[in-house]
Amino acid sequence: MIEIIGYEFFQHALIAGFLASIACGIIGTYVVVKKISFISGGISHSAFGGIGLGYLLGFEPLLGAIVFSLGSALGIGIASRHGEEEDTVIATMWATGMAMGILFISRAPGYAPDLLSYLFGNILFVPTQDLVVMVVLNAVIIGVVYLLYNEFLAITFDEEFASIMNIPVDRVYLLLLCLIALTVVMLIRIVGVILVIALLTIPAAIARQHLTSIHRIMALAILLGIVFTFAGIWISALANVPSGAGIILIGASTYGISTGAIRLRRVQGGVSR
Amino acid sequence: MTPIISLDHVSFAFDGRPVLEDVCLDIFEHDFLGIIGPNGGGKTTLLKVMLGLLVPDSGRVTVKGGSPHEHRMSIGYVPQYRTFDFSFPVRVLDVVLMGRLGHIRGPFRKYSRHDREIAADALHAMGIANLADRQVDSMSGGQQQKVILARALASEPEVLLLDEPTNHIDVQTEEHFFGILKELHERMAIVVVSHDIGAISTNVDRVACLNRRLFTHDSGEITGSMLAETYQCPIELIAHGIPHRVLADHDGGRKP
Repeated sequence: MIEIIGYEFFQHALIAGFLASIACGIIGTYVVVKKISFISGGISHSAFGGIGLGYLLGFEPLLGAIVFSLGSALGIGIASRHGEEEDTVIATMWATGMAMGILFISRAPGYAPDLLSYLFGNILFVPTQDLVVMVVLNAVIIGVVYLLYNEFLAITFDEEFASIMNIPVDRVYLLLLCLIALTVVMLIRIVGVILVIALLTIPAAIARQHLTSIHRIMALAILLGIVFTFAGIWISALANVPSGAGIILIGASTYGISTGAIRLRRVQGGVSR
Repeated sequence: MTPIISLDHVSFAFDGRPVLEDVCLDIFEHDFLGIIGPNGGGKTTLLKVMLGLLVPDSGRVTVKGGSPHEHRMSIGYVPQYRTFDFSFPVRVLDVVLMGRLGHIRGPFRKYSRHDREIAADALHAMGIANLADRQVDSMSGGQQQKVILARALASEPEVLLLDEPTNHIDVQTEEHFFGILKELHERMAIVVVSHDIGAISTNVDRVACLNRRLFTHDSGEITGSMLAETYQCPIELIAHGIPHRVLADHDGGRKP
């Protein structure tokens, strides 16, 4: 049971889980407070088109995922800022990305062996080069959020006032969507395109229930992300459960328990809202 | 005397539906102007045009002689209550500090000691300095309104624009609130937009009525009798929105 730690694949899984949790906690917090989890869902599913293109043309699928997720983030953001129905744009991007992925893969020669791992994640198989990519993406995300913390806070709290304060609201918002896209790519390795939306929102949503400032919510969300991924990895290695599903189900149950506890506390305190 | 904000024959339409028609208005340094009118009469649109958030289809808006964009920092904006999410995880001080963002050069805005001092002063002026670390969510409606007013003050404006500031607060808080505005009036011009004729009539120096078109007595000094006169004529024109007896009741009930 303990000797499993000695295996390289297991160490890689832990490092990947740790790295993904950092980006996920920081960006997931914005997704939750700005209530844009469905934009994130659209971005992650459209990334599948890029994965398919990678298979078809023989380049690294995650590279295709980066291009497609950034493209859909900008597409959704620009279209909705120019008066298109955001909801419709998201739904269209969501399904179009998946459709393109399926089409490309059907045209690709031979069999796509790790297709399922892109759809549902497989944290027990993360190559070293992916870890390097994750470190770089994390550095970009942390750097941008540190520099633009006050701008992001302003546009997530009150866009109208932010624009009166001469903040380039549309550009800052598009940049936030791009950071979501990069985070999504990191999470695809861990839980796959279909489950990304849950891992992105659950840790921040739980932290949001208990804390009242953005940077504290980020810190707790990172911690929760690490706990969920590590627990998922452990269960997956021991009980041979698919890792992505394990991580999400552990997270979702924690969210349920946290919500129940808060409701119960309100009832006992006689506060209703 | 040059006006701080000047609207020159401004018209604006949403999807072909006219909201403002040929509006002329000058706001001067010592103004305490009330703008009344029915819901949907274009009051919020008028404020957004002054802020440069909406660009008029025709006519010209100038702020301190320049474009609204250039001189936005001279305007403190207090939007309608609950136009945004008060359950947002943010402290009172953080909200008020956002009023400083316009004074900091981008792209990477960080607050200086000076910004924090001004934010603290604004909280003080509103009498809510003790609430700086509180969550906005945990406060009463009147306190939240003060937070938003403090945020506008932190941008050190020359004119304050308030959109329906008394909509969600009770009568006592309302009187207290107008008391605060009167104090602020010593330092800056104030424009209050409301459909609550009673609250406006007892507190402002000059009144304009807005229902697509703006009716105003463009004289700097307004006496009580002129105020009454200003009410009479435009109220006739917007009577379908506000019944006459409401005005009479308010006037009778409130005036000493």
